Amino acid sequence: MPAQSSTVKIGEVAVRVHRAGQGPKLLFLHGAGGYAQWLPFLDALADGYEVILPEHPGFGASDDPDWIRSVPDLAMFYLDFLEHEGIREIHLVGHSLGGWIAAEIAVRDRSRFKSLTLIAPAGIRVRGVLAGDTFIWSHEEAVRNLFHDETFAAALLALPLSEAQQDVMLKNRFAATKLGWQPRWFNPDLEKWLHRAKLPALIVWGAQDKVMPPEYAALWQERLPDARLVIIEECGHLPHVEKEAATSRAVREFLKGAAR
Amino acid sequence: MKLISFHLMPYRPLDFAEAAKHRSTWVVLPNRLYDPVKGAEEYAAYIDFLVDCERLGFDGIGVNEHHQNAYGLMPAPNLIASALIQRTKTIKIAVLGRALPIVNHPVFIAEEYAMLDNLSKGRIICGFVRGIGAEYHSTGVNPYFSHERFHEAHDIILRAWTEPGPFAYEGQHFNIRYVNCWPRPYQQPHPPIWIPSQGSSETVAWAAHPDRKYPFLVTFSSAELVTRYLTGYREQAREYGYEPADSQFGWACPLYVAETDERARQEAGHAVETLFNNFLRMTMEMLVPPGYTSLQSMKNFFKLRTAVGGRSFVSADYLIESGTAVIGSVKTVRDRIEAMRDRTGLGILLPMFQFGVLPDELARRNVELFASEIMPYLKK
Repeated sequence: MPAQSSTVKIGEVAVRVHRAGQGPKLLFLHGAGGYAQWLPFLDALADGYEVILPEHPGFGASDDPDWIRSVPDLAMFYLDFLEHEGIREIHLVGHSLGGWIAAEIAVRDRSRFKSLTLIAPAGIRVRGVLAGDTFIWSHEEAVRNLFHDETFAAALLALPLSEAQQDVMLKNRFAATKLGWQPRWFNPDLEKWLHRAKLPALIVWGAQDKVMPPEYAALWQERLPDARLVIIEECGHLPHVEKEAATSRAVREFLKGAAR
Repeated sequence: MKLISFHLMPYRPLDFAEAAKHRSTWVVLPNRLYDPVKGAEEYAAYIDFLVDCERLGFDGIGVNEHHQNAYGLMPAPNLIASALIQRTKTIKIAVLGRALPIVNHPVFIAEEYAMLDNLSKGRIICGFVRGIGAEYHSTGVNPYFSHERFHEAHDIILRAWTEPGPFAYEGQHFNIRYVNCWPRPYQQPHPPIWIPSQGSSETVAWAAHPDRKYPFLVTFSSAELVTRYLTGYREQAREYGYEPADSQFGWACPLYVAETDERARQEAGHAVETLFNNFLRMTMEMLVPPGYTSLQSMKNFFKLRTAVGGRSFVSADYLIESGTAVIGSVKTVRDRIEAMRDRTGLGILLPMFQFGVLPDELARRNVELFASEIMPYLKK
């Protein structure tokens, strides 16, 4: 299903937004790697939902305003975004960094959201269980550490990158550094407010995630008021890519049940 | 020309075979590879070496700051400077650290420098740097904000030295209700400030600004790059509308002089190779984390740099040929320095006479030959 892409201006900030599908609205917040292409997982969601995927300020084709300096800033930005779009009811889905943003949004204002889906989210930590050091890894290591099944990494590494794609990767890396370097991929003030996210929630985690340790999933489930957890076996940090069918099924079932 | 004998204080007893098993000689190199008994001897030898440079006629001695590595044993360069002050009388002492963005309280740096300036009765030269990329991994400070933190810390320190305290500093990264530097610096209005750099265009534009005119020292670069960076500084100064003095141009490099080119190459070749291939061994992700330089600088950097941070072996021949290291006979070394002076108006030379695993005896012979045969020529 081809996505429609457009540029939306929220105040002075232009963001690139990709949309596909029809039905109840669903906001998908991408991870620190940015938006590269419309994935089969998004197609699966677009079958029954209107999927809205903005590229975060700082990433890809979106502006990088100096005043967006943290994930809480991005959360407030997206509340502005939804208000600007006149969206009153929407499902919220985020992967990794996008999951962190989604959680920050949900603890601030849950009124617009029908559900919260977090796929291997960043944002909190378990002491003694370190997240992967994504910043010290080489590009190749980083790609390999995203997957459990090495053939995915090999295929991705074999793809030639144009200069424009390399530029976007570098831009995304800068934005990821701004948001995730210190403290490393979490906000010490988020965990204590997760009880505010009074929404039906789904947590999806790959059992072999080398970026965000699967041990974090239990803490998320404990802190969120109404969360169920799906652990996907033989799967790394990108369940929606590596185990697309299982992840789509879990998310779609959850969304159906969460419809109010 | 001002001559500053500059030292990195490498940990020479390092087990290189063991070190090679790790990602880098920085950040992640296990500190069990440091033997305090051997390390203590290193400190003693290096301090003796620097103290002796006063007798040999140098204008200054320089120390350096880096953290969590075997490359240099001076995470706290002011401690070494303090020891040097007690054992010297007239020579200037240049602290070619302090990495401003990685501290949480810049007033501490203002205070320590002011203390050293008082202890030495005005012999301190203050370096301001951002640290290299690896330091942002070691400390956890976000490199994305490195420039902002550097500028704020610089402003705090300069104001702490020159404005009546207490005053309030209100910044983005640092907010300090009472800035009130006791002691005040001995030199008035403040000690000289030098900017060692790897040549980023942002730093050039900032250091050359007429409000600052800070001497700009290029380190670890080929002669071509040193020339490019120093010329860039000169052009920037002219754009600002002034002609910079020679004393604003500095170059730091490994230097080794012997009776003949062959002998110099033979005695120093392996040592200089260990400096670049073993002690400086780190990945690009460590050397230039995102934001440490601008996006544009980072793209340029990847195009230009091969000497540092790459994974391929850098030979002594390459280092000598490219002018990254100045190694040769008296005539060769003189000519190389003279050529750089002709090209750039160089006014400060900061030779490292000991580098890599170079033993004390050779370092001493090197510095003495330099002092007797080359120094008088450069001082003419």
